[in-house]
Amino acid sequence: MQDYFYQLSDTLFKQLRGEEQLLLSFEGEDSDFVRLNSNRIRQAGCVSQRSLCLDLIEGKRHAEACVELSGDMAQDRKQLTDILEKLREQRAFLAEDPYLSFATEINNTEYHHDTEVIDSHAAIEQILQAGSGLDLVGLFANGSQYVGFANSMGQRNWHSSANFNFDWSCYLAKDKAVKSNYAGFDWQQDKLAAKIDACKQQLAVLAKPAKTIEPGSYRAYLAPSAVEEIMGMLSWGGFGLKSHRTKTTPLIQMIEQDGNQVRNLASTISLREHHARGLAPAFTGTGFIKPQQVQLIENGRYKDCLVSPRSAMEYHSEINAGSEYPNALDLAAGNLVEENILSELGTGLYINNLWYLNFSDRNACQLTGMTRFACFWVENGEIQAPLNVMRFDDSVYDLFGSNLLALTAERDLILDSSTYGQRSNSSMQLPGALVEEMCFTL
Amino acid sequence: MNDELHQAAQSFNRVAPDVDFWTLRLTDENRESISVRQGVMQPVYNQRARGALLSVVIGDGCGYAATSDLSVSGLKRAARLASDWAKQAASLGLLKAGDYPRPEHKARYETPVQQDWDALPINDKVTLLQEANRALKISDSIVDWQAYLGRRCEDKLLTSSAGAQIEQRFHYINPGLVAVANKGSLTQYRTGGGSQSSRQGGLEQLALLDFPGAATTLAEQAVALLSAEECPHGRMDLVLAPSQMILQIHESIGHPLELDRILGDERNYAGTSFVTRDMFGSYRYGSDLLNVTFDPTHTEQLASYAYDDEGSPAQREYIIQNGILQRPLGGFSSQARAHMQGVANARQADWFRPPIDRMANLNVEPGNQSVADIIAGVEHGVYMETNRSWSIDDSRNKFQFGCELGRVIEHGELKGLVRNPNYRGISATFWRNLVAVGNEQSFQVQGVTNCGKGEPNQSIYVGHASPTCRFSDVDVFGGAA
Repeated sequence: MQDYFYQLSDTLFKQLRGEEQLLLSFEGEDSDFVRLNSNRIRQAGCVSQRSLCLDLIEGKRHAEACVELSGDMAQDRKQLTDILEKLREQRAFLAEDPYLSFATEINNTEYHHDTEVIDSHAAIEQILQAGSGLDLVGLFANGSQYVGFANSMGQRNWHSSANFNFDWSCYLAKDKAVKSNYAGFDWQQDKLAAKIDACKQQLAVLAKPAKTIEPGSYRAYLAPSAVEEIMGMLSWGGFGLKSHRTKTTPLIQMIEQDGNQVRNLASTISLREHHARGLAPAFTGTGFIKPQQVQLIENGRYKDCLVSPRSAMEYHSEINAGSEYPNALDLAAGNLVEENILSELGTGLYINNLWYLNFSDRNACQLTGMTRFACFWVENGEIQAPLNVMRFDDSVYDLFGSNLLALTAERDLILDSSTYGQRSNSSMQLPGALVEEMCFTL
Repeated sequence: MNDELHQAAQSFNRVAPDVDFWTLRLTDENRESISVRQGVMQPVYNQRARGALLSVVIGDGCGYAATSDLSVSGLKRAARLASDWAKQAASLGLLKAGDYPRPEHKARYETPVQQDWDALPINDKVTLLQEANRALKISDSIVDWQAYLGRRCEDKLLTSSAGAQIEQRFHYINPGLVAVANKGSLTQYRTGGGSQSSRQGGLEQLALLDFPGAATTLAEQAVALLSAEECPHGRMDLVLAPSQMILQIHESIGHPLELDRILGDERNYAGTSFVTRDMFGSYRYGSDLLNVTFDPTHTEQLASYAYDDEGSPAQREYIIQNGILQRPLGGFSSQARAHMQGVANARQADWFRPPIDRMANLNVEPGNQSVADIIAGVEHGVYMETNRSWSIDDSRNKFQFGCELGRVIEHGELKGLVRNPNYRGISATFWRNLVAVGNEQSFQVQGVTNCGKGEPNQSIYVGHASPTCRFSDVDVFGGAA
């Protein structure tokens, strides 16, 4: 795949005229997707896709296109030659782009983690065997992912990975279920079995009569997978320089003084974009190399933004990201050890998963959302009953500020199972959070 | 006619595998978007996505393979891979042989277009967007503003081993306007001009979407919201404009009635449903005023088509009639599994994803009240328009939605703007409080361009149309301030 991309790139660079520059950004995957329901195969198949994005530049004028490649050199060369001509024609009608930004220093990089792809058919047999007797539903995704960059100045970058992501839940009845995930590079049958056994243990607790709580404020523990949902919402405009400068960030009260002091989070909150984790490419779609990390929040105070090449030009800042949406968040650990979570919670809610979050007041970073999957009512440090789903409506400034009691010492590395358009390479490393009050409304 | 797709179909016919059944879905999609933000032309973006999704049935199993390699060797390879999955599913699968669609129709369909995208040269489009930018930037309080215009043309060709040949071409137009106003730590924004109401058709749709004519009004409203009162809170009457009704329909009627959710396919991701199979035919979903149709006949609506992606012919059906639940939103496979009648709504979002049950066009039918009469009937309430926040539980029951703009209604009259309007409720009871439905004059065709669902995930266009509606006894509230 890498050779094909580079060969195709070379043929296109030879077609450039005059002072033209060409940036090529490649993404592809060869993935199996097996959808399961009732511990049977619901939909099974595979996808091979390769897309190439071209940015044809002359001076400050440019035009962009993305096309699907066939994998056949003759076909692709013809298609791309036609596209280059179309971009030339379009460019003639376009004004200069003051925010055009692309790497001009040559930084070649290469990362391969794709030597062995596991056998999907065998993995499915193992899953269905381990899930025997369970109402198991979910998606098994497995295969190779590729990202490449090349420019006409001679830079070449490549990142490829073979990995799997099995995301599933086991249902007891109606909406009572346990959620789990097994993702990585090295499939091990005993690890799968251990995770499915853990589901069975939680299902036994879910079988108890469910408790419905009244609207109000409750002490709560948010497991890392619940914290992930909140971080996902904050990522929606929270950390990008453009959203800060256009005043659309949900963290606006952390950066704008409006009669009162700015609002901060608890001093134990330190959040960074950890590019060095290495699951996503180290290079951007315009050829810049990302820094090891970007400290977004430090000791509860806002520090730096993610800055895309375009924003860097517009707002006269330094590039530190490909896009302003994080894909390698890292929230620092606290000191609450796992065996003390229930005793420190005492009486309250143990929330494994949140669902369908959105802003009820973006300016105040006020979120609403639902509990989902295995959430429990806890009394005196002991799980008493599963919870019926409840809606919360609360501010991040409270949940991770004045009401934050502790973060856990252990953290989960959560590999994003999202597959919109393509398999995601995003991840988060997060602790759980114990909060004194969380407000529930419906 | 798309020659390249026909050539690929003919090539495949010559090497088609010897299996119980196969369906080949070929897609060739072109997109173009132009945007001007703060008076600065953004990069013009072009996209072409072309590929094939081959489904193969062997015994009780079905497998698929998606490939962008439309050569004979590429399609042969896809056939081998799809067959491998079909063989495994034959012994470990959930469905039986009779559950899979076996399309055999021959048909052609194309979105009617009055003014073609290319009829307006690119420099004229840029001029239009620049003028819209000037109309949006009405004061220093407007801190960000943008106008954009996009098109999408999608060719689809479905063939099968039973001789099906369904060829459809869809034209979409995607305009939009955004105005962001700020004062200190308070930001409000307005969107419009088609930003939540893309349509099928050509440039003739722009005027119908008030693009770019809505620009100055949107900017004025965004600025006015900065000094507006917070939305009042309490239980009161709620009047929803079509620009919010589309979201209300989408989340609390559309998703819970998708048959694949009811059958459990979505439980690990999008969720299940509070609706069960035994409810159809008798369950009171809403008041007598509630009439909901699956309607592929509004040619300008986002999800109008002649056939779905399983090759089933699409026709208008009542989903809810006089408040009573009639039939689910399920395509051929779901209907076969559930032994129920549904609609032709099995759709694929991209060439590389298999069809699943989607909403397509789901509309609330007009009633007989004018908007003036609806407002006049409210003693104390709030009017809301344009969705900006949506959240609902995994059974599609407990919801909370927010809008860009609200207006207080007192003694039958619309009063001043209020900001951060929100409301919450429960699907199972909310629609029973529908007390007034607007007439044809308030009926607007809109839609959602980012409906997410499925594993692997698919984001698809769905259409919604609705008149203005009034609900009683709703829990309404404002922001945190």
